[in-house]
Amino acid sequence: MDTNWQPTASLEVLRLRARLMARVRRFFAARAVLEVETPALSTAATPAPHLESFSVVYHGPASGRLHLHTSPEFPMKRLLAAGSGSIYQLCRVFRDGEAGARHNPEFTLLEWYRVGFSLAELIAEVEMLLRAVLTGVRALPLAEHYAYQALFQRYAHLDGLTATSAELRDCLLQQGYQPPTGMTDADIDVWRDLVLTHIIEPQLSGLVFVTEYPASQAALARISPDNAAVAERFECYLDGMELANGFHELSDAEEQRRRFERENVARSALGRPIMPLDEALLAALAAGLPDCCGVALGFDRLLMRAADAKHIKDILAFGIDRA
Amino acid sequence: MATYSTNDFRGGLKVMLDGDPCAIIENEFVKPGKGQAFNRVRLRNLKTGRVIERTFKSGDSLEGADVVDTDMQYLYNDGEFWHFMVPDTFEQFAADATAVGDSAKWLKEQDVCVMTLYNGVPLAVTPPNHVILAVTETDPGVRGDTSGGGGKPATLETGAVVRVPLFVNIGDLLKVDTRSGEYVSRAKE
Repeated sequence: MDTNWQPTASLEVLRLRARLMARVRRFFAARAVLEVETPALSTAATPAPHLESFSVVYHGPASGRLHLHTSPEFPMKRLLAAGSGSIYQLCRVFRDGEAGARHNPEFTLLEWYRVGFSLAELIAEVEMLLRAVLTGVRALPLAEHYAYQALFQRYAHLDGLTATSAELRDCLLQQGYQPPTGMTDADIDVWRDLVLTHIIEPQLSGLVFVTEYPASQAALARISPDNAAVAERFECYLDGMELANGFHELSDAEEQRRRFERENVARSALGRPIMPLDEALLAALAAGLPDCCGVALGFDRLLMRAADAKHIKDILAFGIDRA
Repeated sequence: MATYSTNDFRGGLKVMLDGDPCAIIENEFVKPGKGQAFNRVRLRNLKTGRVIERTFKSGDSLEGADVVDTDMQYLYNDGEFWHFMVPDTFEQFAADATAVGDSAKWLKEQDVCVMTLYNGVPLAVTPPNHVILAVTETDPGVRGDTSGGGGKPATLETGAVVRVPLFVNIGDLLKVDTRSGEYVSRAKE
């Protein structure tokens, strides 16, 4: 008999999911952070070179192509510019082509923005949230903090900011990893990512925060006022799995437009379609985004760690194969 | 031959890598922060049997390998080649020692094996999971000992040597698991 109708997660895990979601909402209610909902559909989409938006056909009025959001970042920043104050959202987001043990093409993201917070204050709040949500579920050791450069030094014995592509490739080869074909020395961030994912991440345990990313990996983060080589961005790892990514949010509309345009150029070089820029976001930034820090945390991955799950489908009611 | 992108990589898919046919064992999707997505793939080289790990950029592709598994009956060994036949078509194939490898010690005439053909030529032979073979040489059996404790070596008609219980005698038919090389039970015919 066909059993493919059955959930991929146990009912026990689904009850844990509901409990952790309630804890997230309680955490923010206690801090007077407003829960918001923003559209999952938009005429615009992120031009990030390595993020693919699903597109759907809208039959009108004013019919056309709409995109499913890959994160609620753009409309949430419009709310911030409109004076919402600190806000959070717990919602489903959609990323085409991403499926594996830690990826499902649709997943639950917890995204929040703190007006007036420094990056260090937001990092501290991420840790507090994790402790609050995981209380009685699993133990959480003291957090370790590394700058990107120091993380590479400690776990790969080279300088993450200044090492050349050739040095990064040698590091991979020494550890027995054959890099993909067709890579050039210009792919410096791809070489860094290979060392990060193949050599460093498997060595990480417990709670680890990484800060001061290369400026070339800034995305929507500000460049550090003290060091133009690094961006005010952080990532949070739990037992070697990437859980959250945060920024001191870029508020310069012109700089944001330049980055979007550069990303679209990178997209066409990769043979990917150019995405329509979010003019409403750029207008909101021009009108004035309050000084704020924001972070997006993969709620499903948090649940994977809470339930000690090996595959993301084990904590989803129905993984993509049964959707 | 078709080409397959990393999205198509599934366990069992046969592809060409560095000029050799390989079977995909495992395909892991890896995507760092804001970066390029990779696929970390484990493959078995079907010529050497060695397992290799390779990383591809997501979207990269490999050429498919013309590798087919077919049931064939083992006929005989002429001293150099092992001869097999497809039961339905009577088509015959000769496999050399490289293709037969360790499977040789389990091959009994008329048993049906899985022959892996690469570009129409025998690449590997997989014997049935269980074979029944006669004992040609072993120490005398110990009457009444059916416990299976202890054990002794026994040489089988194909030359394979397996560990058997003390009660086993020359001429007995034994059922053996070819995957582990272990004795399973005595057999009738």
